[in-house]
Amino acid sequence: MGEFTVHRVRFFHYMPSGICAMAFNRRTERLAVARTDGSVELYSRTDHFFQEKVVPGRQQRSIQALCWVGKRLFGAGLSGEIAEFDLDNLRLKFSQDAYGGPIWSIVCNPQGTHLAAGCEDGTVKLFEILEDQIRFERNMGGQKGRIISLAWHSSGTKIAAGMIDMIKVFDLDSGNAVQRLLVERGSRMQQSQECVVWSVLFLSDIIVSGDSAGKVKMWDVNTGTLIKNHQVTEWDVLTLSVSQDETSLFAGTSEGTVVQFQLLDVVLGQEEKEWVRTRTFKNHTHDVIALAEADTVIISGGMDTQLVVRPLLDKLDFKSRDSSLLKILFPQRSLVSCAKKAGLLLFQYPTHLELWLKTCPSVHLMCLFPVRLGLQGEDHVCCSAVAPCGEWIAYSTTSGIRLYRLQRDNKNVSITKVPKLPKVLRHAHQLCFSPDSSHLYGTTSSAVHVVALTSAGCKFEHSLKPNSCVDSDGKFLASANSNSEIHIYNMHKLKAHCTVPVYRSGVSAMGIHPETNNLVIVHADHQIFEFSIEQMQYTDWSRRVQKEGLHHVWLERDTPVINVTFNPQNPNHVILHDSYMFCIIDQSLPLPDRKSQFHNQLTLKSLPEAERLKHSHAFKECKLYQPLLCVDMLENQSLVVVERPLLDITTNLPAPVRQKKFAT
Amino acid sequence: MAALYEATTLCVLNVGPGGSDSGISGIEPSADDDQVVVTDSARSVTVYKVSDKKALGSWTVKQGQTVTCPAIYNPQTSEYVVVTDSKVIRVWKDSDINIDRAFKTTVSADVWRVLSVPDSEPLVLFQRGAVRRLDTLLADPQQPVENVLPEEAVIRWSAVLNVEQQPCLMFLSEQKGETLLLMQRRHPDSAARYRLEGGEAPLSCSALPCDGGVRLFCLYSSGSVYESVVPIRGAGGVVEEVQPLPRTLLLNLPVGEGKLESASAVSLDDAHVALVGVPHPSAGPGKDFLCIWNTNFQTLQAAKEMAGRIYGQLWCSCGKLYVPHGKSLSVIPFKCQKSSLAAAMGKLRQAGSNVPASGLYTSVPSWTAATPDMRSTKRTLLRSRDVSFLRLNQFLEDVKIASAEEVQKKVSAFLSNLKNLHVIQVAAGGLASVLVSRCQEQPGFYPHSALVQLVHSQCLSYSVCPHLLTLALEKKDYALCQFCLQVFPDIPEAVACSCLKAFLSESDGTLDTVSLERDSVAFVEGLIANSTQEGGETQQNGFCPTTQVEDGGGGPTHTTPAVLTRSSMPLDMKCPVGLHKAVLLNEILQVAYSDCFLLLHLKTLSAPQVILFLQYLQFLYGKYSQDLHTQVSALRSPAMTQILDWICLLVDAHFTVLVMAPEARELLSHLHKVVRLQVKVFSELGKIEGCLQALQKAKQSGDVCQYSIEVIELF
Repeated sequence: MGEFTVHRVRFFHYMPSGICAMAFNRRTERLAVARTDGSVELYSRTDHFFQEKVVPGRQQRSIQALCWVGKRLFGAGLSGEIAEFDLDNLRLKFSQDAYGGPIWSIVCNPQGTHLAAGCEDGTVKLFEILEDQIRFERNMGGQKGRIISLAWHSSGTKIAAGMIDMIKVFDLDSGNAVQRLLVERGSRMQQSQECVVWSVLFLSDIIVSGDSAGKVKMWDVNTGTLIKNHQVTEWDVLTLSVSQDETSLFAGTSEGTVVQFQLLDVVLGQEEKEWVRTRTFKNHTHDVIALAEADTVIISGGMDTQLVVRPLLDKLDFKSRDSSLLKILFPQRSLVSCAKKAGLLLFQYPTHLELWLKTCPSVHLMCLFPVRLGLQGEDHVCCSAVAPCGEWIAYSTTSGIRLYRLQRDNKNVSITKVPKLPKVLRHAHQLCFSPDSSHLYGTTSSAVHVVALTSAGCKFEHSLKPNSCVDSDGKFLASANSNSEIHIYNMHKLKAHCTVPVYRSGVSAMGIHPETNNLVIVHADHQIFEFSIEQMQYTDWSRRVQKEGLHHVWLERDTPVINVTFNPQNPNHVILHDSYMFCIIDQSLPLPDRKSQFHNQLTLKSLPEAERLKHSHAFKECKLYQPLLCVDMLENQSLVVVERPLLDITTNLPAPVRQKKFAT
Repeated sequence: MAALYEATTLCVLNVGPGGSDSGISGIEPSADDDQVVVTDSARSVTVYKVSDKKALGSWTVKQGQTVTCPAIYNPQTSEYVVVTDSKVIRVWKDSDINIDRAFKTTVSADVWRVLSVPDSEPLVLFQRGAVRRLDTLLADPQQPVENVLPEEAVIRWSAVLNVEQQPCLMFLSEQKGETLLLMQRRHPDSAARYRLEGGEAPLSCSALPCDGGVRLFCLYSSGSVYESVVPIRGAGGVVEEVQPLPRTLLLNLPVGEGKLESASAVSLDDAHVALVGVPHPSAGPGKDFLCIWNTNFQTLQAAKEMAGRIYGQLWCSCGKLYVPHGKSLSVIPFKCQKSSLAAAMGKLRQAGSNVPASGLYTSVPSWTAATPDMRSTKRTLLRSRDVSFLRLNQFLEDVKIASAEEVQKKVSAFLSNLKNLHVIQVAAGGLASVLVSRCQEQPGFYPHSALVQLVHSQCLSYSVCPHLLTLALEKKDYALCQFCLQVFPDIPEAVACSCLKAFLSESDGTLDTVSLERDSVAFVEGLIANSTQEGGETQQNGFCPTTQVEDGGGGPTHTTPAVLTRSSMPLDMKCPVGLHKAVLLNEILQVAYSDCFLLLHLKTLSAPQVILFLQYLQFLYGKYSQDLHTQVSALRSPAMTQILDWICLLVDAHFTVLVMAPEARELLSHLHKVVRLQVKVFSELGKIEGCLQALQKAKQSGDVCQYSIEVIELF
C-alpha cells in the first residue's frame, strides 16, 4: 500500500460542553440533549444514536429543562424564558418570558395540552400550548422558595413540585397546594444546610424524590407519608428517571453513578411488591445531571460531557452493537475543514474560528500560525468551510452567513469581509466550496443556494431544492437531508440530476470522487454504498459489498464515519474516518470475508513482501491516532490527522466530587 | 490415609419435638455384618439390611411402654434383647411377629444397658453399677442386685472390649463433678476404679484395645481429644481405692466461639478418630461435617458435609459410620490406611508392601459394636456388596493364588471395570504390592504384562510400591523399568542411580533384544540417523564452524585433521552406545532428582561407566546444538538443560578420576571448549541486552507535542 506522511495535529483545543438536560421522545424515538453552551442535539434511537441534528448554541442561553410535546421540543432555562426549537431550520422558533425569574424545570401534562414551569419566585406557571405559541394560563403557589423540579401525575390533575426542604403537591382544579411533604436535612451535612429536592417523579401511586442529602425517597400519594428511604450516596441525587411501565427507576448522583431501583416481589409469586435497589453503573467521572430511559437502555449525561448509553439487557448471548455500552463524546460531524491545495486548516470553535496557514510553501512541512476570527453577535457557529484554494472562508450562525476573503502576500495576511451577500442566504446548515473555489454552496432546510465568487465580490446564482450533507466535484453536487434522501444536481446545467434510493439509516458522510464521479455514501449503521452518478446506478464494487456483506468488526464499531475523502494519487483509495480510527479502502483488493482477520496490519507487516498481497484485503484500518476529529489527504500523499487527546479534555474539566482512589 | 465414601440414607428419622433429638437411641450389629439393629428412642426396634437399605423386621412395644436401652443381638442364641421401662427384659427371635407375646421378665433393679459380648453371653449393666450375665439373670430374675455406685452417680458411657481374649467391661460414671472409670473383668474376676483427670465429664468416649490395656479416647466440650491408657492387671482382685488416670492431649480442635454442645467421637484405629459435630477448620459456620482426623499428625484426613442438623450422634459398625442428620440416618463407608508423615512425603520404604492384603484394612473396633475381631471384619468386607474396595479385597485374595496368565486377565478386567479414580489408585497400589511380594516369594512367578498394565494405569508411584522397580531391575525387565521411569514421579536418587548403573553395565547385545516404547526409540533413531547422514549443516546456538576453528583450532588434543577442518567440537560424533541403551539412558535423564542427593550416589559409578555416560551426554549435546531435536519430534525427550545438568553432576562427582584417566582427557577438553563457548555467547548476549533495553526505553517515551510529522506504513 505504501508509506504516508502524517501531519499529526494536536493543537485544536476543542472542548465539548457538559450535558445539562435530556428528554426522550418515545413516539419518535428521538433523544434531545441540551448542553451548557446552549446547543441542543438530536439523536435517533433507532439509528444507533446517530446525531441527526444540532441546534447551535448561543451565549448566555442556559437550558435547565427540555420537554417534548408531541413532535415539538420546548426548553427553558435560567434566563426565565420558555423557548420552542424549530427542528427543521435548527434555530429557536420563539421564546416567551414567563415573568417568574429563572426557570428550573418544565413539564408537560400527559395529554400534551399544557406546560408547567417551575420558577425562582416559588410559583408553578401553567401555559396552554397553542399551534405556534404558548399562552400563560395561571399561577399556582407563590410562597417563598424556588421550585427546582416538577412532575405531573398521569391523570393530569396533580403536580408535584420539589422545592427546598419540601415537596408540594398542587391540585390543578383548585390551584392550591394539597400536600406538603417535608424532606429532612442530611445528617452528614450540618443541619443548617438546606436540602434541595433536585428531582421528583410522580408515579401512579407514589412520589419519588431525589435530594441533595443523597437520598431517594418514596412517598405515598394519598397520605403523604414516607414509605421508603434509600441512602444512595453521600452527595447529591441530581436526577431521576422512571421506565414507562413504572417498574424500574434510575437515579443519577454527583459521584457519577447511576443507581437502578426495581419494583420486585417481596416474596416470589405474591402480590406485594417493593422498590429494591438493584444495580449501580459507574460510567461517569462527574455529576450525572440528566437521565433518560428508553425501553432497554438508560442514557445518562453530565458534567464530564459524554453521553453514555448503557443497555440494560446484559445477559444477551450474542454481542451486537445494540447490546454494548456506547459513549458519545465527540460531535458526529466535522469541525475541521482542510484546504487541500493551499494546506490550510480551519478549526471551528463555538465562538470563533481558527485558521492555521502553511507559511513555507516550498517544504512539505506545515509551518503553521493561527489567525483568529472572532464572531459578532451572540450566536454560536453552526458550520464553516474553507475554499480549496485557501482564498475564501465562510461561516454561518443562525442569524447570518459571513464570507471572508483571505489575501496573502509574502508574510502578511489580510482578511477582508465580503459585503453584500445575497439576502436569500440568511443562514445555512452546511457550507461547501466547489473544487475550483469558484462557487459557494449553502444549504438550508429547503434549498441549496449557489453563490458565484469572483475577485470583485459574490453573486447569487441559483437555488436548488431541497437539501444537509453536501459534497461537490465541480460538475455534480450531492446533498443529503435528515430523512436520508440524497439528491444529485448537475452544476453545469443547474438542474437536478437524479436521486439515490433511500436507505433506512441516516447518511453520516459522503463524498464525490473527483475523477470517476462516483458518490461514496456511508450511513450511520456503517453500510457503505458507491453510486455512479453518470450511470445513475450503484457501482459493481458497491453491489459486491452488499452481496458479500461487510465484516462484523467493521459493523460493530460504535462511532459513525464522519468524513469521506479520496487519494488524489490513487483513484482506488477511499479514506474514511471516525473518532477512533481511519481507514483506507483499496477498491482494487478483495473484500475481507467473514472469517478472515479484519485488523491484519500487524500480520501483514510480519509477512514477507511476496505473501502480503495474498493475505491483504480492502480495509486498511489504522488506530494509531485517536480520538480523531479530522483526517484529510493533501496532494502530496500526506495525511493531515487532527487529534484531540482525551487527557486534555479531562484535565480541562472541573474537579470531580469524588475520585476513586486505590483501595478505597 | 483415610477416606469417606459415598453416603447412603438408611432410613428417615422420627425427629423428636423441637428437633433436638434424633429419635435414635442406638445402633447395634445384628446377625449378619450387613445388618444392624436400630433402636428408636420411643417404642420400636428395627433391623435393617444396610446394603439394600431395607428393613427386615420391626417390633414395637405397646403404647405407654418405652424402650430404655438399645436393643442388641445375641449371636449365641440368635435372639434380640431389649429392656423396656428400665426393668422389663424382653427376648425375641426373628420369627416372632409381636414383641408383646415374646418372652419377658422383670428384674429387681433398673437396667442401664444390655451389652453384647463377642463370642459370649451378653452382659447386663444395672444403673447402680452391678453387672450380671444375661443367662444367669434370666434364670433368676428377682435375684438381689448389689449397689456398686452411690445413688447420685449417673452412668455416662459403657463398653465391652475383648482384651487378651477376655471380655472387659468398662463404664464411666459421673458424680459430684467427678468422673470415674470402672472396669470389670470376669476371668480373673477383677474390678478397678480410675478417676479421670480434669473432672468434667467427656462429651463422648471411645475405647480401643492395645497391648496390655485399653486406650480410652475422650472428646471434651472444649474441642480437645484426650487419650488415656488404662492398664489391665494380670492379677485378679477388687481394687477399692480410686486411682488417678493420666491423660495426654491428642487433638485440640478449633471450636470457634463457645463450647461444643453435641458432638461425638469414635476412634477408628490407633491413629484415626471420626468426629461429628465439631466444626470443620476451614468451612464456615453453619455447616456440619463428619471428619476423620489423624491423631498422630493432627491432620484432617477426610471430611464430608452433612446436610441438615447434626445431633451429635455417631456409631461405627463393620467399616461403616452411621450418622443421623437432618431428617435421615446416613451410612458412610470409610477406610483407614496406615499413614505416616514419611509416606506423605513419598520417601518411606513402606513395610506395608509385605503386609498381607487383609492388613490393608485395619479392624475398626468401636464401643457400640464391641470389637469384632479381624476374622469377622474380613468376613463382613467380603460378604457385603457395597463399595468397590470390598471387591478389591476379594480380588487380592484371588491374585495371591492364581497363575501368571490368570493374573494378567484378572488385572486387565479389573482395571477396565473400575471407574472411580480414587478407587483405582488404592486398588492399583494394593495389587502391585501383592504381586511384587508374591514375585519375591516365588522365584518362578513374574507377571510381566500385568505389571506393565498396572504401571500404565498411571495410578502408581514409587512410594506406593517401592519394590516394583528394584524387582524389575533384578529380573532384567528393562521394558518395565522404562515404563516405571516414565510414569513414577518420585523415584529416589539411589534407585535412579542403580538403574543407571544397570543400564550402563548391560551389554548392547542383550539390550537390543528388549522391546521398548516406540516413540522414544524412534527419537533416538532419528538422532542417530541424522548424525550419520548430514552431520551438521545448520548450526545454531553460537556454534558457527568458522569461529570455532579460530577458537580452538590450535588445541593440542586435535590429532585428526578432519576434526580440525570441520569443527573443534565433535558435533557429528557417532553414538557411543547402542540404540536401546540410549533410549534407557534418556529416560534416566528425565527423572526428577535433587542434585545434592544424586551426587552422593553418582560417586558409586565406576570410571568406565562414567566415561561412557559422559560420551553419550556429549553426543546428545552435540545433536541438540545442531538443532536436530526440533527436527526429530517425540513426546518425551530430554531437555537441553537436563543434559547439561547431568554433565555437570557427573564431572563434579568424578572430577579427580576423570583428570587422572588418560582416556577421558579428550572428552574433558571438549567439554571445556563447550563451556568456554557458552560463556562467550552469554557475554555477547549481555551486551545486546543493554542495547535492547535502551531501544525499549526509547520506544516508550511517547511524544506529547502539539504538532509532529510522522511516517506510517500501511500494508
